[in-house]
Amino acid sequence: MVVSRWWGLGALAVLALGGCGPEQTRDAVTLLNVSYDPTREFYRDLNAAFERNWLESQGQRVRVLMSHGGSGKQARAVIDGLPADVVTLALAADVDSIANRSGLVIADWRARLPHAAVPFYSSIVFLVRSGNPRRVRDWADLLQPGLQVVMPHPQTSGGARWNYLAAWGAARLDAAGSDVAARVYVQRLLRQVPLFDPSARAATTTFVQRGLGDVLLTWESEAWMAVAAFPEQGLEVVRPGCSIRAEPVVAVVDRLVDHRGSRALAEAYLRFHYSPTGQRLAVRHYFRLFDERAVAAADRDRPGALRTFGLAQQFGSWAQANTTHFAPGGTFDQLTRPASGATW
Amino acid sequence: MRRDEPAWVRWALILFAWVFCGLFLVLPLAAVFGEALRDGWQAYLASVTEPDALAALRLTALTAAVVLPLNLAFGLAAAWCLGKFRFRGRALLTTLIDLPFAVSPITAGLIFVLLFGLHGWLGPWLAEREWRVIFALPGIWLASLFVTCPFVAREVIPLMQEQGCDEELAALTLGANGWQTFWRVTWPNVRWAVLYGAILSNARCMGEFGAVSVVSGHIRGLTNTLPLHVEILYNEYQFSAAFAVASLLSLLALLTLLLKKLLEWRLTRQRQGEPA
Amino acid sequence: MSRQPRTRQLPGFGLTLGSTLLYLSLLVLLPLAALAAKAASLGWRDFLAAAAEPRVLAAYRLTFGAALAAAGVNAVCGTLVAWALARYRFAGRALLDALIDLPFALPTAVSGIALTALYAPNGWLGQQLAPLGVRVAYTPLGVVVALIFIGLPFVVRTLQPAIEELPAEVEEAAAMLGATRWQTLRRVILPAVLPAVLTGFALSFARALGEYGSVVFISGNLPLRTEIASLLILTKLEQYDYAGATAIATTMLAASFVLLLLINGLQAWAVRRGGGEQR
Repeated sequence: MVVSRWWGLGALAVLALGGCGPEQTRDAVTLLNVSYDPTREFYRDLNAAFERNWLESQGQRVRVLMSHGGSGKQARAVIDGLPADVVTLALAADVDSIANRSGLVIADWRARLPHAAVPFYSSIVFLVRSGNPRRVRDWADLLQPGLQVVMPHPQTSGGARWNYLAAWGAARLDAAGSDVAARVYVQRLLRQVPLFDPSARAATTTFVQRGLGDVLLTWESEAWMAVAAFPEQGLEVVRPGCSIRAEPVVAVVDRLVDHRGSRALAEAYLRFHYSPTGQRLAVRHYFRLFDERAVAAADRDRPGALRTFGLAQQFGSWAQANTTHFAPGGTFDQLTRPASGATW
Repeated sequence: MRRDEPAWVRWALILFAWVFCGLFLVLPLAAVFGEALRDGWQAYLASVTEPDALAALRLTALTAAVVLPLNLAFGLAAAWCLGKFRFRGRALLTTLIDLPFAVSPITAGLIFVLLFGLHGWLGPWLAEREWRVIFALPGIWLASLFVTCPFVAREVIPLMQEQGCDEELAALTLGANGWQTFWRVTWPNVRWAVLYGAILSNARCMGEFGAVSVVSGHIRGLTNTLPLHVEILYNEYQFSAAFAVASLLSLLALLTLLLKKLLEWRLTRQRQGEPA
Repeated sequence: MSRQPRTRQLPGFGLTLGSTLLYLSLLVLLPLAALAAKAASLGWRDFLAAAAEPRVLAAYRLTFGAALAAAGVNAVCGTLVAWALARYRFAGRALLDALIDLPFALPTAVSGIALTALYAPNGWLGQQLAPLGVRVAYTPLGVVVALIFIGLPFVVRTLQPAIEELPAEVEEAAAMLGATRWQTLRRVILPAVLPAVLTGFALSFARALGEYGSVVFISGNLPLRTEIASLLILTKLEQYDYAGATAIATTMLAASFVLLLLINGLQAWAVRRGGGEQR
């Protein structure tokens, strides 16, 4: 029968295609790094360097697998069982959530690595269009009538929380510590935002590729990345008068690495972030270092001078900042609630 | 007597059909291929043969290979009991089969997280046995099965219902057993509809985005299907690469349409030829 | 369609019903029960608070509003397209007919990025529309456009057979009784295809309610303005707000279920009215 031959052929084809399955890394040990969104390019370089280093020093082939996404989303996935060996997230609060909600990370994780598990930091800056047509120099310039600010959503993106806190903190410093003034500033700023993308990278895409908005509020590292990736657009990075010290963190997922027996590898991987190679790569990707002596003079201070303030200085702790600003009913919710009933 | 509208109405309608479909169907398709080839053929080939893209392609094919046989088996079983028999609760069961079709894919992903996540109903039990469902292949398969389960059944049920039981009863009376009856009598009547449902379910399975995105964990080279890979590339400023991979999926969609068209032609011929 | 009463003389009823029920229970019912149980564990007050906060209400409004608008556009334009396809022979008809199913076959993520590439301010169509002051991408209009794309085949495919199977005699009789073409259309044809139009509308609406992939790329996800319910479920999930995610998902699920029952009812009505064979 003609038909059954067809079916047989089809079945064979399906088997042949499916039989090979996703390529398993046969001879290599794997390490899964669950990271936030705008670190894709950095980790491509760092992982290659680490894999080389580990092969040379330990004679073992290792393959670092990556999963990227919004910081909060990634933390949620780890809590729900994404088998991460290490997490490298945008917010300490997200690692704390993993520790508190699942116990996968042991609570003292910040004490185990230098600088409270922050291998390098970044800040929040403005990315503007070629020639800075709106003459944006500092935070106050963002409130110009008709100017559109693009930023991701603080409830899903770690970068957006840093954005929000940077704006709040800068306004608060400007008004001699007045939270009322800061609130007014942030409320007006949020009115300039035409859309909230789910993650920092999505916001960059909207701004750069879709041509929406006048200013992108983003990680300093991400802003420079965009400048480099789209030379034809002539994008410019503007450093405001002062901004927040945005500190991504790294942690070993204790319960998982102990179970898998990959602790040594995972810890070595995180320590590699602090090694001269790791620090050099971080600077190449426009992160800022706590200790510039670690890298060659040519690589130092690549992003340029910037006055920064710490989270603790303005907001206490992450727990406090989250409760005040980002929890349901917090300032973000209050400030984005429509004044009148009509929404669209 | 022809029942036609005036010629100008006819032409206006035809023109409208083309413009509307051109605007909403052809143009998006053209955009995919246009953007994919923006950086030239070499860049195109490089982005579709890159290891992560190939791994995604293999995973998508594997998923289809797992999902399709199960869908076929379920579709035939469901069609047999719903198409050939009347029983209490039949309408409810039919609606239940349709349900995944109307559920948001995000909800489809969410329910499997609630069930198999580390803090879900079965999570702790699975964790003890080191069985991974969510963020591993079984989760992707389950989510795909959920969203595709109505397709085969929906195509075959009405056909079985329409054809009734006469032929099967005759075969049974003549001494055939159940399996013989099914394979010799029922199967030839429904095989094209089954294939039709299989093609639709396959297209949906290979293209599923929302549900799989919730349960996949997005591990490059391991749990990334083609549609998820498109999103990843898109988020890495590699737009032409994203559209290149998307164009693969579009080609798959066009192939689906072609097969579907051939089958429809076959089905109408069968209907016109046989039952008379 | 001949339909004799089914007698249970055929073998395999127990086997197939059993396996169908088992499969559905494991794959569909059990997971949905997990959802329902999670929702039930919230308690009424929390459930209402989570399912009816302003941002969620805005998302429902957008989701239902845009789905309704898209289904409406599809019901009208899809009917015209189906009419052209079913009644006329013209160049490229077979091609057009095949293309109608494209949204079924094209992965939603692909349609999402394709529509965004077209309608973004610097996209192919967006550039043309911008001087006219029309913005599609990142506005509710963009959501509607994506949902029109997704829902079109449902209307056309439901209507095509209904139009093809309109009995010719009725129209001829109407014409012979002196009815104008317009009267025939209004009094004879429209009532006959109405059940199919409604079914197509409802199918397209139901599909639009749950759509995710094609919308997220084009909508811009602005809370209270362009954030659809599906995305909000995901957002809540990512904030560990399982209660919120579950509440919204349950509400949407209930809406879908009611719609499905309605569609099945519509189809039964169409069959009773002899509006043609339904799939």
